[in-house]
Amino acid sequence: MEKKKKKKMTLAQKNSIAGYLFILPFIVGFLAFLAYPLFQSMYMSFCKVTVGIGSFDMEFRAFDNYVRAFTVDAEFNRLLTESLTSMAYRVPATLVFSFFIALLLNQEFKGRGAVRAIFFLPVILSSGVIVGLEYNNTLLQGMEEVVQKSANSSSITATLQSILDTGGTGSKFFQYVFDIVDGVYDVAIASGIQIIIFLSGLQTISTSMYEAAKIEGCTAWESFWKITFPMVSSLILVNIVYSIIDFLIRTDNKVMEKINDTMSRQMDYGFSSAMAWSYFLCVIAIVGVVSFIISKKVYYYE
Amino acid sequence: MSRVKSVERQKFWERNQKSGGYLLKKTINTALYKIARAILLFGLCFLILQPLFNKISISFMSEKDLYDATIISIPRNFTTANYKLSNQLMEFWVCLKNTVLVALLVSIIQVAACTLVGYGFARYKFPLRNFWFACVMLSILVPPQTISSSLFLHFRFFDVLGIFKAITGETINLQNSMAPYIMMCLGCMGLKSGLYIFMLRQFFRNIPKELEEAAYVDGCGKLRTFLRIMLPDAKPILTSCFLFSYVWQWTDSYYAKLFLGNVKLLPKALTSISGRLGDYYSSIHGTGSLPSSAYEQAMIATGLLMTILPLLLIYLVAQKGFVESLSQSGIKM
Repeated sequence: MEKKKKKKMTLAQKNSIAGYLFILPFIVGFLAFLAYPLFQSMYMSFCKVTVGIGSFDMEFRAFDNYVRAFTVDAEFNRLLTESLTSMAYRVPATLVFSFFIALLLNQEFKGRGAVRAIFFLPVILSSGVIVGLEYNNTLLQGMEEVVQKSANSSSITATLQSILDTGGTGSKFFQYVFDIVDGVYDVAIASGIQIIIFLSGLQTISTSMYEAAKIEGCTAWESFWKITFPMVSSLILVNIVYSIIDFLIRTDNKVMEKINDTMSRQMDYGFSSAMAWSYFLCVIAIVGVVSFIISKKVYYYE
Repeated sequence: MSRVKSVERQKFWERNQKSGGYLLKKTINTALYKIARAILLFGLCFLILQPLFNKISISFMSEKDLYDATIISIPRNFTTANYKLSNQLMEFWVCLKNTVLVALLVSIIQVAACTLVGYGFARYKFPLRNFWFACVMLSILVPPQTISSSLFLHFRFFDVLGIFKAITGETINLQNSMAPYIMMCLGCMGLKSGLYIFMLRQFFRNIPKELEEAAYVDGCGKLRTFLRIMLPDAKPILTSCFLFSYVWQWTDSYYAKLFLGNVKLLPKALTSISGRLGDYYSSIHGTGSLPSSAYEQAMIATGLLMTILPLLLIYLVAQKGFVESLSQSGIKM
């Protein structure tokens, strides 16, 4: 009986069974630890949750929590818009920075290995608990102030800003640029992985392409836009998505902190789930829209 | 030697004249470019390393150096007392041992599970494959906070399809054991598991099909092909994933707080170091006396250094494993 069954199975069927066996851990994990909790937390976000000794009770309250998050709560709206706007300028800055650094690191020069090692160091330095501690380091800020006072001068960017800012038109753009320059440490520390990804892409471009372009009379600038840029354009998509997620989900994000606080200190599961879900929908919407727009322009070399 | 050089120099000027000054211009431009690049790279490297240097210098300062405005980077009263104290406050050695073991266990399980899944996605065609892969992407996208409240309750009142409740009449409280986190890692839902699946799938996709077919022709089964042919090939990407997983697990405090509440781990000790310093102060100087915020920050800097020192050592030794293998894998979307 069993033998007959085995004979009847085609190769494709066998393969699909084997494939399912291989991804079985993921399916089980996904259903048990992601899909189920996700739906439960969605349900919770519509409820008032009270935790008892032996169990927890949910009382259906429709959109109460969402209304509270967006209209009653003083902080949530502000934090959400703040973190989304700061993402809007941080992600392009990270991309440009990491692409630029990857281009530099792809060139031949002495001590390249050491420089690479230093630029990838943020992969360690910007992870987990370290980031959160870095940001509220009041001592370093205090020392900075003291140094600035004793040197009796302001920073270079502030001086430049005061010179350039007199025009009026375009001062917003300058503001944007100076914000990035002042935050270049944050950008550098957040772009370790992106540099690695870009570098890997740059290394796969064959040098014969550049040689051919050079013989045809292409300048370095032209061959950058006509060869390098299209060849790594698929990685730009990867990096944009990674940077957005990395920025929005990292532990020192203000919205995340608030959700955590509400959950663990105030034990208000319903309200925190509502906030988390609104945030999650924002993240998905942003990633979806951005990747949809960019994937239209990506060039695949195959 | 100098003669050769002078001949070369002469040749250079000759060639320059022949090219109408172009060669000289070009040489100068390249030299200028190289200098500019060196300055830029040095500056950026310094930018990244400076906070680290700053912390190192602070960690060796005695308390009164912190208030002295004339001392910026080199401590006047060199001391290792900060290290001794933060060792005591963090229970460093206990935490270190636990962190090494937990991170090792977790990252091995994580990489093993993700390798299986990544291989399945890359080498087999099966119905709904794209759907499941979209689920992998979703698992990367979901902020852990969204599901953490639900997970928290899930493990607080743990039950598999109501079996335990039917037998003992009560659900199991798994809140203070390592089991939930291990289970999650087995199910590829640990810290950044989706990313590893993605990376490994990319790698396995690029292995030529002929290799696999040759193995099948020689009578190798599916599992044997995976273990004998594919895994040895995947060593670089496996080390890379393992290292990332290890490092990120090491510094993670979010999952640690959520699931490993009773295990003493370094990141958790680090976040509570200022509170413990306060307790220590009031136990010595009487209740109510608090350490200054400057001293507190110095202690945090010291603790931070002690936490990341092992990681930095790993990074120095296995730097190639972090970077090179990842760039070989050729990430694409």
